[in-house]
Amino acid sequence: MDNVIHLALALLMPPLLLGVIARTKALFAGRCGAPLLQPYYDIIRLLRKGSIFSEATTPLFRLGPMVTLGAILAALFLVPFGQHRAPLSFSGDMILFTYLFGLARFFITATALDTASSFEGMGAAREVTFGCLAEPTLFFVLVTLARISGSLSLSDMLAAVSCRTWLQEGAPLLLLLGALFIVLLAENCRIPFDDPTTHLELTMIHEVMVLDHSGPGFAAALYAGALKLFAFGALVVHLAFPVSTGNTFFDWACFIMLMLLLAVAIGVVESVTARLKLARVPQLLVMAIILSAFSALLVMR
Amino acid sequence: MNSSGLLNASLVIGALSGLPLLFRALCIITASRVSMIMLCGAALAAFAGAAGILGGFSAPDVYILSLQIPFGPFEFGADRLSSWFIIPISVVCACSSLYGWRYRNAAEHPAAARRLGVFLGLLYSSMLMTVMARNTILLVLAYELMAVSAYFSMTTDDADDSVRDAGTLYLITAHIAVLAQFALFSLLAAGTGSFLMPAPGTLAPAGGAATVLLILALIGFGGKAGIMPLHVWLPSAHAAAPSHVSAIMSGVLLKLGVYGLVRTLSFFSQPPLWWGVLFLLIGAVSGVAGVVFALGQHDMKRLLAYHSIENIGIIMMGIGVYCIGAATVSMPLMVLGLAGALLHVLNHALFKGLLFLSAGAAIHAAGTREIDRMGGLARRMPATSFMFGLGAVAICGLPPLNGFVSELFIYLGLFRGLQSATGIIPPAMAIAAPLLALIGGLAVACFVKVYGVVFLGYPRSAEEHAAQEAPAAMRFAMVPLACACVVIGVAPALVSIPLQAALSAVIPGAAAAPGLADLAPLTWVSGAALLLAVCVGLPFLWYRRRLAAAPLGSAPTWGCGYLAPAPRMQYTASSFAATLTDLFAPLLRPRRVLPRISGLFPRRSSFREHVPETVLEDLYLPLLERIYRRVAPLRKLQSGLLQHYMLYIFITLLVLLAWGRL
Repeated sequence: MDNVIHLALALLMPPLLLGVIARTKALFAGRCGAPLLQPYYDIIRLLRKGSIFSEATTPLFRLGPMVTLGAILAALFLVPFGQHRAPLSFSGDMILFTYLFGLARFFITATALDTASSFEGMGAAREVTFGCLAEPTLFFVLVTLARISGSLSLSDMLAAVSCRTWLQEGAPLLLLLGALFIVLLAENCRIPFDDPTTHLELTMIHEVMVLDHSGPGFAAALYAGALKLFAFGALVVHLAFPVSTGNTFFDWACFIMLMLLLAVAIGVVESVTARLKLARVPQLLVMAIILSAFSALLVMR
Repeated sequence: MNSSGLLNASLVIGALSGLPLLFRALCIITASRVSMIMLCGAALAAFAGAAGILGGFSAPDVYILSLQIPFGPFEFGADRLSSWFIIPISVVCACSSLYGWRYRNAAEHPAAARRLGVFLGLLYSSMLMTVMARNTILLVLAYELMAVSAYFSMTTDDADDSVRDAGTLYLITAHIAVLAQFALFSLLAAGTGSFLMPAPGTLAPAGGAATVLLILALIGFGGKAGIMPLHVWLPSAHAAAPSHVSAIMSGVLLKLGVYGLVRTLSFFSQPPLWWGVLFLLIGAVSGVAGVVFALGQHDMKRLLAYHSIENIGIIMMGIGVYCIGAATVSMPLMVLGLAGALLHVLNHALFKGLLFLSAGAAIHAAGTREIDRMGGLARRMPATSFMFGLGAVAICGLPPLNGFVSELFIYLGLFRGLQSATGIIPPAMAIAAPLLALIGGLAVACFVKVYGVVFLGYPRSAEEHAAQEAPAAMRFAMVPLACACVVIGVAPALVSIPLQAALSAVIPGAAAAPGLADLAPLTWVSGAALLLAVCVGLPFLWYRRRLAAAPLGSAPTWGCGYLAPAPRMQYTASSFAATLTDLFAPLLRPRRVLPRISGLFPRRSSFREHVPETVLEDLYLPLLERIYRRVAPLRKLQSGLLQHYMLYIFITLLVLLAWGRL
């Protein structure tokens, strides 16, 4: 039963987060904003459309978005949602989890280069650069959690973090959470790293990589982005609020509420911060590495 | 015929496979075909023999060569560790030999074909001999033969200056390595009283002797494997060699350095803890620096060569985990670390062989090794492009291919280490794991760059429009390598049996301890591969059907409204890697010629950038230059006259004789 709810949430809820973020930003800007379900409408409309392919592309261009989507979908099977264990968990699954995102990155960037466009080349270059700077942070986070929990599976590692752990290991967990939130923003191309609503191709990261996708392929790319945000969000939420009510359904409700709260938080961050200069982005990512390294150091005492 | 018989036959047939090419009377085309078939047959026999030993169907035999020189007895024969290394040797050599048969038209380049054929056979047999030697001096002899035959195979195009320079550098460094091996084994023999290899876990090093042994092993075998400060010969040698020789050098020859290290380490029962930490450090440095240098390269083969250094770094990290496990008598760490290292040896041979062979086909078709002058090869060479793409995903360690499995073992070892022990071990492992992740991330950046720029997009130069798909034999040579990459990635349980056998040759008591299948989630890896196949396959099938039903259009790529896009405006590999190479500029020290722009109407200008072999050019060469100036007077001894050198040898022997009698 829990696995069915897990799967249903993983498949259906992610676009809602995008809607909530957009609504939060609209409210901050004094607009009433698009409907909360707008991302769903967008995806459904795109699915019904025909496609236009660039003359430069090879069959990889059609395969790429599907591999990206599939890899992220597979990763969602490994993340525990709230107090519920993931449908799949085994010793060492956290490495599979991070490497699945690597696979997704490989294909989305290779697909971008397939269009022979220099703009998409720039986007791909930024994506791989920032991606590989985010990777060590994620691993320091895993190192810290593995050390605290004594386990090597994502579900057990996160389940070991409770309110008690926060009291005992507060400092490393706080550092870790900060670093993880920075990685969440960077990996999902949110402000201050990238502005998903910008209209200038030169400055985009994620949006520019999918410029030449259309119809169902573009829908897959959008949907994959939402799924990725959801996967990272579930990690952050679990670490920040390890609350358990003891009742399965309350726990699920709690998880959904917290995810929506996270979306609001991202919306607030996006509204109150300005975008960083591109040259500054690696510096912030290196700072996240150092933060997470500190947290690993603290649990090594 | 039993396994040992197969291996011995393979050794002899391999060595003789160049023979038909030596007869001028024989038609070169027939001779090269016969030679190729002999080498492939020899390799298949060796594969069968090694598989027999690893599968436990046949007991390893030991033979004694009756050479009438000191240092005997010359025992040789393959044990389980040797057999594990024979697998990549045989697979890569067979595929490379088939590939090389079509790589260059033998009728047009008869001299090159003869030379390559003869030395390829010798190289194969000497590699086999190296791993089969049970006597350390025999090992050094085989190593020397291997170095020389590799030298002659890689300098086939010796009309080219850069090829000759690369060959000389290789020969010098190979001999420094042999010198260190000689010292290492002499020291060991002084302790044990014989040049025969000691049984695993029988020596206990301590104090200064341990330090000297480790340093000698690192220079002798680590230098050959290409660990970071000793790697200087590697990039130019791999770039200069014909592509299938590069595949053998990178895929197998380097691994024999790893073999030497593992074999040497296996003699010791409980090495000092700092050995393991040092190996982790060397691994991390080689891994990160290797991939960063690769990012800065513009030459496709040099780029692949730097990735070999990176992968040797990953293997060294595995060996580090093993050493730490051995020092603290922790069986899970020993098993996971060594299994990761040994499996990565095989994996790297497979995907690097595949990458060099497909890169060779691409370079042959495009007529250049410069990445930024290629482009759009996927349309003209779909098969080659697919093979390179598969190799690229595998080398990045991404699931569901084989690179992921060996990296997973090493990660599991690192994470277990940081949980269980205390002292220096947890911090060392806690830093090593994110560095391994950084290596993986950088490798993705580098391979997206080279795959995207070389195979995707539009051709960047005119010659490339005429590029054609490689001949069938060359394409077929890549198929076994590609299949093995997929099989090991999807069903790692299959290799865990031979791997466990190889481990038992190094770790005494490994057979009784919990095996690899208990320590690593092998079935889950297969399950994850299946899950991934479903998650990718279902949407893709739906998408295909959807595309067939909906209206399809075709248009130029979106260029922000610019109406005259040209292929030259595509993003280049240098720009792609620029942010990362800037970040690591203090390490890379790229040489840049910046454009000079002045005035309202600036004149034509140009930008040039080049990442040199920084360690060689900024460290070794200035150092050697200074040493050379100091000791220049000694050069008078080097008269260049043969009789003088014979006199030196005579005097030395006389002095040694007198010293011995006193």
